[in-house]
Formats: sequence, C-alpha cells, structure tokens
Amino acid sequence: MALSFMEGNEALARGAIAAGCNFFAGYPITPATTIFTSMLKMLPPIGGICVQGEDEISSMGYCLGAAMAGSKVLTATSGPGMSLYSEQISFAIGSEIPLVIADVQRLGPSTGSATRGADSDIQFLRWGNTGGLPVIVLVPKDAEDCYLLTVHAFNYAEEFRCPVFIASNKEIGMTRESFDLDGVELPPLVERKMFTGEDYLPFQAEEAMAPPFLPIGGKTLVRQTSSTHGPDGYITNSPEVIAATQKRLERKIVAAEERITLFEENRKEDADTLIICYGVTARAVADASAMLEQAGRIVSTLTLKSLWPVPEKLLRKKAASCRRVVVIEMNQGQYVGEIQKVLLDKIIEFYGQMDGALITPAKIMEVVAND
Amino acid sequence: MTSFLNENRPPVFCPGCTHQNITKGLDRALLQIGFAADKTVIVSDIGCSGLFDTFFNVHAFHGLHGRALTYASGLKLANPGLNIIVTMGDGGLGIGGAHLLASCRRNLDLTLLILNNFNFGMTGGQYSVTTPGDAVVGSGFLNQAEIPIDICAIAESAGASWVGRCSGNGADLSDQILAAMQHKGFSVLETLGLCTGRYTKKNKLTTKILEQMLTELPARNGLVEKNVRPEYGDLYRKLAAEKTSFPKPLSIAQKFILENAEPQEVLILGSAGMRIVTAGDIVCFAGMSAGMNVSMKNDYNITVLRGQSVSEILISPNKIGYAGVKNPSVVLALSDEGVHRRIGIFKDLAASALVVKEKNVGIPETRAEVYEVDFKEYKVSKPDWALASLGVLAARGQLFTRPMLEGAIKARFNEKRSLKALEIVGKMIRA
Repeated sequence: MALSFMEGNEALARGAIAAGCNFFAGYPITPATTIFTSMLKMLPPIGGICVQGEDEISSMGYCLGAAMAGSKVLTATSGPGMSLYSEQISFAIGSEIPLVIADVQRLGPSTGSATRGADSDIQFLRWGNTGGLPVIVLVPKDAEDCYLLTVHAFNYAEEFRCPVFIASNKEIGMTRESFDLDGVELPPLVERKMFTGEDYLPFQAEEAMAPPFLPIGGKTLVRQTSSTHGPDGYITNSPEVIAATQKRLERKIVAAEERITLFEENRKEDADTLIICYGVTARAVADASAMLEQAGRIVSTLTLKSLWPVPEKLLRKKAASCRRVVVIEMNQGQYVGEIQKVLLDKIIEFYGQMDGALITPAKIMEVVAND
Repeated sequence: MTSFLNENRPPVFCPGCTHQNITKGLDRALLQIGFAADKTVIVSDIGCSGLFDTFFNVHAFHGLHGRALTYASGLKLANPGLNIIVTMGDGGLGIGGAHLLASCRRNLDLTLLILNNFNFGMTGGQYSVTTPGDAVVGSGFLNQAEIPIDICAIAESAGASWVGRCSGNGADLSDQILAAMQHKGFSVLETLGLCTGRYTKKNKLTTKILEQMLTELPARNGLVEKNVRPEYGDLYRKLAAEKTSFPKPLSIAQKFILENAEPQEVLILGSAGMRIVTAGDIVCFAGMSAGMNVSMKNDYNITVLRGQSVSEILISPNKIGYAGVKNPSVVLALSDEGVHRRIGIFKDLAASALVVKEKNVGIPETRAEVYEVDFKEYKVSKPDWALASLGVLAARGQLFTRPMLEGAIKARFNEKRSLKALEIVGKMIRA
C-alpha cells in the first residue's frame, strides 16, 4: 500500500474534484490560499474554470453566477474573507444557489493572526447571514476528512440548493500528513434535481424541499433574484407567499437534521464521562482518552463532523448513559451553548482555548481528571 | 419576434424617467442584433436600474448592489455561449468600483449599460460618484466637498476595449447599445439620463442640457484602439488548454520494514532560506517508505524570506492524533532564531534524545546527547544545512537508514537536484 502525503487544503481540493466540482473562484488569503492554488493546478486539465477574483465579494459573485449556469462550485477563504462573503452568502441562502465554501479558520477577531489556528468562526458561519436561516456546516479533523467531507458538502449543496460550509482550520489546512487516499470510501455523488415538467417556476418546490433546478442559459427562461420572491422569481409582498418561502427555507435544512448528521465516536461501556469535540481538537482528545484509559480512567468520546444543523438527536442518544459531558473547543466556547440547549439534564463542563496554540492531550486529561 | 419586452410586466418608472426610454432602446437593439432569448441574460443589481431584468423575456439575474458584473462574469465564464447585458446605475458604479476596474482589465465579452442619472433615485436623491458638486442633493452639502468622476475616462484607463457615451434620451441610443453589444470584449456604454422623481425636482437638467453636456465632455466613440486585445474567455481557454497534466497525489509506497518501530517526534529549528520544510518533507517520505504514518506542522513568518522556520514532524506506526511535538526524540538546531522559537523544549528532552546542532548555534542546557557539526568544514552552504543534518541522522541510524533517506531524496527532487542532494548527505555519512 502507498500512503499519500498532502496538507488538508490539497485534500479538500481533491475532494472537490472527486465530487465533480468544475468551477472555483477565490481570493488569496492565508491559511486558505493553497486550496486556490491546488484548484488552479487541477481544474484546467479537466476542463474546469479557476479564477482569482479582485476581492472576496467578487469571488463569491463569480461563484453564484457560475452555479446558476449549472456549474458545481467551490470557493475558499478564511475569517476576514468570510466577513466579505457575508452579503453573497445571504443571497445564496435566500435564493437557493448551491455552492461549497471552505473556511480555513484562523485566529480572530478581524485580521487576527494569519498563521495561527483557531475554530474562530463557528457561530459566524451559522449567523453570518441576514435573515437568520439555517445553514449546513461540516467540520474536518484531518486531511482525510477534508477529502471526504468535501464530497459530502457538494452532495448536500446539490440536494438542498444552499451554500455548505467546511469549517477547516489552519492546523488542518496547512498540516501535511499521510493517509490512504485510495482507501477512503466516498459517498455516491448527488446531483441537483432538474426540472422536467412544463411551465417552470424557478422557486416552486415541494414542502421542505429545494426547488428543481434549470440553468440560466438553457432553453427555458430562468429568473434568479436576491429580492424577496414568490415561486415565479418576481418580487412579492404577499405575507402568505413570503411566510411559506421562509418556512420552507428553514424546514428543508432542519427537517433533514439526521441525514446531515456526521460524526465519529469512541464509545466505552460504563464510561461516566463523554467528551464532545470537533475539528483538529478531536485528535488531541483521541490521544488524551487513550492515555486516560491506560491510567485506568475510561471515557467515551464523540467527534462531531457536522455542527449545523445541530445534531440534536445524536447528542441526546450519545449522552444518554453519561453522567457528565466535557466539551473541548479551540475557541472561547462557541458551541458548548448549543450542546447545553440540547442536554438540559446533564452536567456540562467546558474547556476552551484561543491563543494560537493547539490544545494538548495533557490539558484535556487535566480537564477530565478535574471531576 | 417583435419585442423582447414582457407584456405582463410593463416598465414602472416615474413619468419622464430616462430609464423608460433605455428600456425601449435596449429592446430595439436586441431585436436588431437578433440574439436568441434563451441565450441572453440581463444581469442587474440594486436601484432603479435593477428593475430592468423584470421587463424582458430573457434569462434574468438580479443581485446585490454593485455586484452585477461579478455574477455576469461567473455566468459568462461558465457558459461562454451566453449574451450578457449588465445594467448598473451610478450608485452601483460607485459601490462596485473594484468590479468595474477588474472587468475593464479582464475584457470578458460583457456589455455594461451604465444608467447615469447623477443621484441615488430610490433612496431619496443622495449624491453618487457622478453628481456635480453644485447639485442640490439629498445628502446635504456633502457633494460640494467632492468631485464627480468621468467613468468613461476611468474605463478607458483601466483597459476597456469599447467605451461609449450617449444621452439616454438621444436618437442614437439603440444604435449605441447595438454597437456595444456587437463588440467582442468588455464594452461600457454610459447613458446620461434624467431622474424626474428626485434629481430634476431640485436641479435644472433637461434632455437639451444632456446634449450640451455631451458636447462638452470628451467624445467616446466606442472601440478603444489601444485596448483592443483578445477576449478574456478565449484567451483563458487557450492558456488553460495548455495545462494538460492533472497533478497526481504524492504517494510513497512501503519499501522497508522497521523492526520495533516506536513513535518519533522530530523538531527542525531553522530560519527562512534553510529549506526547512523541504528537509521535513524528506523526513516524512523516509518514514512513509517504511510504512509509517507521518505529519508535519510548519511555523514560519508571512515574510517567507526572513525569520524562523520550524517544522514539527511526527512519525508513528499508529494513527497520528495531536500533531504538535511535545517531547522530541530528535532536534535539529540550525539557527538561533529557530531555537529561540522553541527554547522551552530543551530542558525536558530525554537523555536518549539527540540534538544535532550547528557549531555556532546556542542552545540551553539539556540532558540529551548533543552532536555538534561544523557544516562549513564540509563545505556545505547554509541552505543545505538541514538536508546535511539528515545525513548525520542516517549515519547514526536515527529515524531512518541510509537507503530510506536516499529513497526519500529521490522522491522529493528531480534527477538533477537528487544527485546534488545525495552528494551532500553522502558527504555527511562518510564523515
């Protein structure tokens, strides 16, 4: 067997190619730049398009235009770029434009530290749109996940016609590591459902579903708009029509919570403590739990690979038999509140660190031991 | 077909608004050029110009303020067969200035109609980038402290290959739009118009005055000879077609078996320009050639030619978790600034650990074995110190054997660079 060696960003780009991505637009920013440079090497030989926008706003604009022409689209940035993406993200959510957005997080706020990692944007990804509609956020823990989750992200984007975020981290994106690329089992590809009937209304959809798609430039005329619209894609003021659309945009994501739930666990019988984590921190948690076990302290671990929508059913199920839940985050506690909202009857302890350094296994052991 | 106008959605502009006339002018030009409706897109953004997409029986894309050109570019790149007309007001022009400059520089085949009516009509007649300093506007005195821009001059200097200016109420309007659409490349047509709802209520501006203004402004007659060049999409596709080789993932097959392999942590402490990351790659490749899992975390400054360069490498028969180095078994101490970056690590090194230290580099006291090398003595130049250190490790059987190291070097470099690198590590191994 030959192991492959690459950083998380290259793995993410390879995942996009495996998912059939054929358009990338982005603006250079550490630590996400190598997704752009990887796509620039990979897309032209397979007939895809890769461009550098004049800024992050335009990069998103190119992506939205290309997605509406029928392309499968990826863009990548980090915190400061996410800020500029925001207006176009709201557009993509409200007007159901599928695309995948990789956020290789760095230490914020603002310019922050370009080469220091943190899970800075977990709440910003969820709430960085006007309208407050739900989004899908997947979170890798290593290069292999970057590859695999990007395929899932494209599948969700296509099915739900929405932006799907990959919340990577400098410590994954720019860390090179070995893994068995050929051995990764990818999910079957999902393509957006095309409209086949007559009299196309671009936003006419079934309950809790995305509308069937037709591209701009096809035989049937298509309207796309960032304004509040009815099924026909024209502005509407009708409270009934508006309410129905808002509800559908919410329901299509929320109702699919269980299907969007991705996780990994190391479940131990009789463990009274469950450590919940996500992202690069999961790797230190795995080391810590192995060392704790050697020392005679058994803990279960749950690594979330999808953060939004909150996997409520999973959290309840996995925490049911535990007395105590410990949440570890590479920020000051952006997600623990979501877990608290779901696990109301549990003791929930939290350790967060946001100083540019990885949380060490020793620190996690200390937190768990401090019962 | 007699009209592209959507009978179900007639224009809704204020009486006397020039936009109404431009709607008709665009319709006439579309009929004349004979575009297929299903191959034509109107892209608009916010403001009264943003209503245009609703009036025509073509594809429509209506987006955010000032961003119309970005959507249009994405559509055109993804589907070069589309005919794309972008409408923007003077408001969108200001907020989307960067996109206008980029579009002029790029020369993608898009037609931009600028509907300049000298103010923000929808929000109450505030001043825009084209409002004269002496106009009475909804922004109080603020326009008096700035000057308006000549968008055609800007477009020309930014590289637009077709730039025109006309009155939105002029007899030649549809001919001008037609000429702009016929141009292959980025064309900018500035139309001057009357905002009867806001601007002309407080400012004297008539169709006649617009004509007068045109005679006073520098003439813009379409093709800009000095900017004529291949259309961006054509050029992009030509350049991209030359890139035929898809980059395969870098894979290293297992060739060696390590008896009793233990997890190893390696720290390389150096400076920019010492090819620390390259040396790290080679360490990783050597480990992978023995079937080990590896990870490498690098720490260097944004100014890549200055400052520390530190690599943290893990080599393990097990799956790697935490990717930081906690207690390395091997440290390469190659520069003071690199050492300084991880100064705390030395006091906790195990007695079994090895530090390979360049002669002049200072390190704190440590229990580990310190092996000092004077690379100059071996005529190894600074950019090769990290590589040469790997020869020292191979000679001592630390981390990897000589065949593992040589295999890793061959995997990392092309043939010519490999030979040179093998010579450097060979020199260290012999010594």
